[in-house]
Amino acid sequence: MNILRYPLIKSLLKNRWPQFTIMVVALAGFLVAILSGLFGTPVGSRNFGIVFVWIAWWALLMLVAVPFLGRGWCSICPIPAPGEWLQRGNLLGPDDINHRDHGENKKKNSVFSVRSVVKPHNRRWPNRFRNIWLQNGTFLLVALFSTVILTQPKVTAIVLAAFLFVAVGASLVFERRAFCRYLCPVGGFIGLYSQLAPVEVRVVDTAVCKAHTEKTCYTGSADGYGCPWDVFPPGMVKNTYCGTCMECLRTCPHDNIAINIRSFGADLSVERVRKMDEAYKAFIMLGAAAVYSTVLLGPWGTLKLAAYSVGSLPWLAYAASFLTLILLALPGLFWLMIWTGIQLSGSALPTKKLFIAQSYALVPLGLSAWVAFSLSFVFANFSYVLAALSDPFGWGWNLIGTAGIGWTPWLTSLTPFLQVGVLLGGFLWAAITSRKIASENTINTLAMKLSAPVIIFCLTFTLILMGLLVA
Amino acid sequence: MKRIVVSWAVLGAAALLVAFAPLPQSARAPTERLFRVEAGDFAYSPAVLHVNPGDEVTIQLVSTDVVHGLYVDGYDLRMSADPGQSATLTFTADQPGSFRLRCSVTCGALHPFMTGKLQVGSNFLLWRGVGLAFLALFGLLFFRQPSPNTDH
Repeated sequence: MNILRYPLIKSLLKNRWPQFTIMVVALAGFLVAILSGLFGTPVGSRNFGIVFVWIAWWALLMLVAVPFLGRGWCSICPIPAPGEWLQRGNLLGPDDINHRDHGENKKKNSVFSVRSVVKPHNRRWPNRFRNIWLQNGTFLLVALFSTVILTQPKVTAIVLAAFLFVAVGASLVFERRAFCRYLCPVGGFIGLYSQLAPVEVRVVDTAVCKAHTEKTCYTGSADGYGCPWDVFPPGMVKNTYCGTCMECLRTCPHDNIAINIRSFGADLSVERVRKMDEAYKAFIMLGAAAVYSTVLLGPWGTLKLAAYSVGSLPWLAYAASFLTLILLALPGLFWLMIWTGIQLSGSALPTKKLFIAQSYALVPLGLSAWVAFSLSFVFANFSYVLAALSDPFGWGWNLIGTAGIGWTPWLTSLTPFLQVGVLLGGFLWAAITSRKIASENTINTLAMKLSAPVIIFCLTFTLILMGLLVA
Repeated sequence: MKRIVVSWAVLGAAALLVAFAPLPQSARAPTERLFRVEAGDFAYSPAVLHVNPGDEVTIQLVSTDVVHGLYVDGYDLRMSADPGQSATLTFTADQPGSFRLRCSVTCGALHPFMTGKLQVGSNFLLWRGVGLAFLALFGLLFFRQPSPNTDH
């Protein structure tokens, strides 16, 4: 179902102001997070930076935005905004909008022109890095230090400022949103899990695009910019790299863009765009969820201290174990499952192809693991949000009268039930996906044998996580 | 077709049974249990407390470094202990299951992740979850009809 059939939704999405306004508010929040991290209290649970980023934003992202809206967050993310404004030389639409306008409108829009500030280079992103391997690397880099980042306001502030700095730099050197597409550690996993979302931006009729020689959705026009995510909308078959920025909706002169409500996980059955970098992203996310559940939520203080003592021998051991598990053990074990499946089914398909294809079954498994992990601490610590709103820097302010609210855990009796439900749902979804993928190129009777070891792998992971989270 | 419907009905009934069937708790007579729990370095020691349903549990919290707290999920009970001091909390473990213990007083960087566990009787939620997972596996491997595909 195309929700753009509803005029109100269409005009809200086509209009730049709602998106711009939310982005500016988010950017203000982002800057307050950086400032409170740098100059506010070092007590994490009383600091806006820690509380808003790692509790409020994280809850919104993992429990709502990613599962239901895919890359919905990316469409309003403040991190690339300043760089993009500088790159475009404008805060709102293209300059051509100014040229077409008359009278007062022209004056109004020209206020938003920032063309004279800098001159972007608009270089093409290097071909060899046109994948998400760099994003896999940046995520692992953040993940290795996450125990410190999550708990130290100053470190959170430095990391957020670094994101902003790199995003601005990437926008000034490279064309479009190079940071979001190839570098952002968060964008990488949002893209992976956006395949599961029940919403997609797609072309209505590719024949219309074929006849449209200007391809304004990619090149841009007076009405909007060419796809900032460097995606060619008529060729788009999955959500992974679509930032849902709505530029194609603005630039298509034929009203040929749709926002469809669809079944959950529809992209997982798209056969022709499966890649090893995305497969590895699935392993990284799966492994990281298990490691965090063990280290952060488990009762083992020694592990927590090892993960926290960056640079020490215990931390080096932790980092080595973390990387070995994620980059070698999990993929290695999965490869063994694929090999076993091939032996059982007698499939003639290459092991590598099956390895990549079947790894997409880990996408719903990984998301359910992250949701279950997040449930453990998000509700228990959400009351900190109210206090931090009133006193973002921990300086004794009481802006909205909620600074005195003490720590009050919410829904802790219900959380384990939700976690078990989510994990079971994730396992079922992963197993069904594995079975479907196996059926793509194999006769049905053999598909079951081919996918059985992968399903066992998913079951084992689910039980381990269940043990870590609710045992 | 009829066979498929019957198979799914049996599987559904089995799932409901695993999820909701009442399970017998330990028949042991309730006793008084005393635990001395040391809190320090963002961990509790012992980190896991095992009791039987109905036991009268007393936790003596001793802080070995800074002020620490202890909150029991599900029971909504809390206490705190100053450095070198101890505090005591007594309650009847009348809810079976596994409950997270959390530090309730900001104690340092890793405070939100300072956790322990109170295990009251068997963790039926976990066993039900495991049972449902195996039931799902059984259904997927033996009951689920294959998707339409291409025969190569």
